[in-house]
Amino acid sequence: MTSTGSRRAGTRDAGADPIRRLVLAGVLFGAGIAASVVDLFLFHLVLQWHHFYDLGTTEMAIAADGFFHAVAWGMTVAGLFLLVDARRRAPVRWARWTGAVLAGLGGFQLLDAVVNHKLLGIHQVRYDVDLLPYDIAWIGSAIVVLAIGLVVLWRTRGRGER
Amino acid sequence: MPSHGGHGGAAPLAADASWALHDALIVAALLVAVGGYLRALRSARRRGPWPALRTTSWLLGVACAGVATLGPVALAAHESLTGHMVAHLLLGMLAPLLLVLGAPVTHLLRALSVTAARRLTRLLRSAPLRVLTHPVTAAALNAGGLWALYATDLYGLMHASALVHGIVHLHLLLAGYLLTAALVGVDPDPHRSSIGVRAAVLLAFMAVHSILAKRVYGAPPAGVEAADAHVASQLMYYGGDVVDVTLLVLLGLAWLRATRPRPAAVPAAA
Repeated sequence: MTSTGSRRAGTRDAGADPIRRLVLAGVLFGAGIAASVVDLFLFHLVLQWHHFYDLGTTEMAIAADGFFHAVAWGMTVAGLFLLVDARRRAPVRWARWTGAVLAGLGGFQLLDAVVNHKLLGIHQVRYDVDLLPYDIAWIGSAIVVLAIGLVVLWRTRGRGER
Repeated sequence: MPSHGGHGGAAPLAADASWALHDALIVAALLVAVGGYLRALRSARRRGPWPALRTTSWLLGVACAGVATLGPVALAAHESLTGHMVAHLLLGMLAPLLLVLGAPVTHLLRALSVTAARRLTRLLRSAPLRVLTHPVTAAALNAGGLWALYATDLYGLMHASALVHGIVHLHLLLAGYLLTAALVGVDPDPHRSSIGVRAAVLLAFMAVHSILAKRVYGAPPAGVEAADAHVASQLMYYGGDVVDVTLLVLLGLAWLRATRPRPAAVPAAA
């Protein structure tokens, strides 16, 4: 997975390499907003496909949701502060950061779809409907966003280009 | 002063008297908090100016605690779990944050004589306070209090007794203060935990707070109607988020300050 790969790279270098850190900042922010802001505003408030609480919700699912929720906000804020930090160490290559955000966003949605929706069945995209088109749209868009992010990261991999 | 009629039961007169005492003690505590801070402002004048923002923050924090425990919000808190949750967010999360940003310990140290200030510093460095002000202890006190409040009969008990009510609220405010100070405090802390520990504790606390909020939805305290519990639960969940994300941002700012690159360490354009 992209996100774990770059996260590991980021910790190993512990801030020594501002460009790696910029990618880490973008991936964290992308995954964080996918899990916190996008889920909250789009799926809970605007579309109302997701519900605050389902009667079938188990204690286990509530506990998992709590930790998931905290980590989502933690990643969002950490990603922003890493960006601020990267900015004061070197000029920010915004294209590379954008690529990292897209990779994080798509990567997270894909992980969420495969692990949470399909393997664990903790929650679904939408309820009381035929799920297949929703799953195809969700997973398809996640792969497209992830692919665009990876392409942008690949094309901006050189050190000198902006 | 709000009357707490309806709590009386068998001995309404005695009960009314205990609630009146409860309110009077709160008024006294609020006056001491405001008066003490302003008094210290005068004593510390010779040490140079004190940021007006700190004073404002302290006064707003005291006002928050006052609004949560007296007057219409406190009355609503007796009527419904939703009202209680508004008071809970004000007293347990917002008031502590504002009070901590008022930097009362720094303020007090500036106002005290050198001998008294030394004595206070020694007290702050003592082992018991070190344990008490550790983020893990503070978070456990906080989360434990919330568990006890919403998962046991304590919620019902606190509305039947002015004493229990006062103790629960005092615990909520003090535990909230301890946790906020341990995480993002501006006062000197001789044993300040690393940013990593503080971030981990904050995330764990956020998780527990969200879990408890959702439990209130599914399994509210005895006697609370479902509709009331649903609103209260979401208020606790999202209101908690607002304060917790603010704490995350403050922690991020502390991290930025701590890791500020020193001029010599800035690499010459890679």
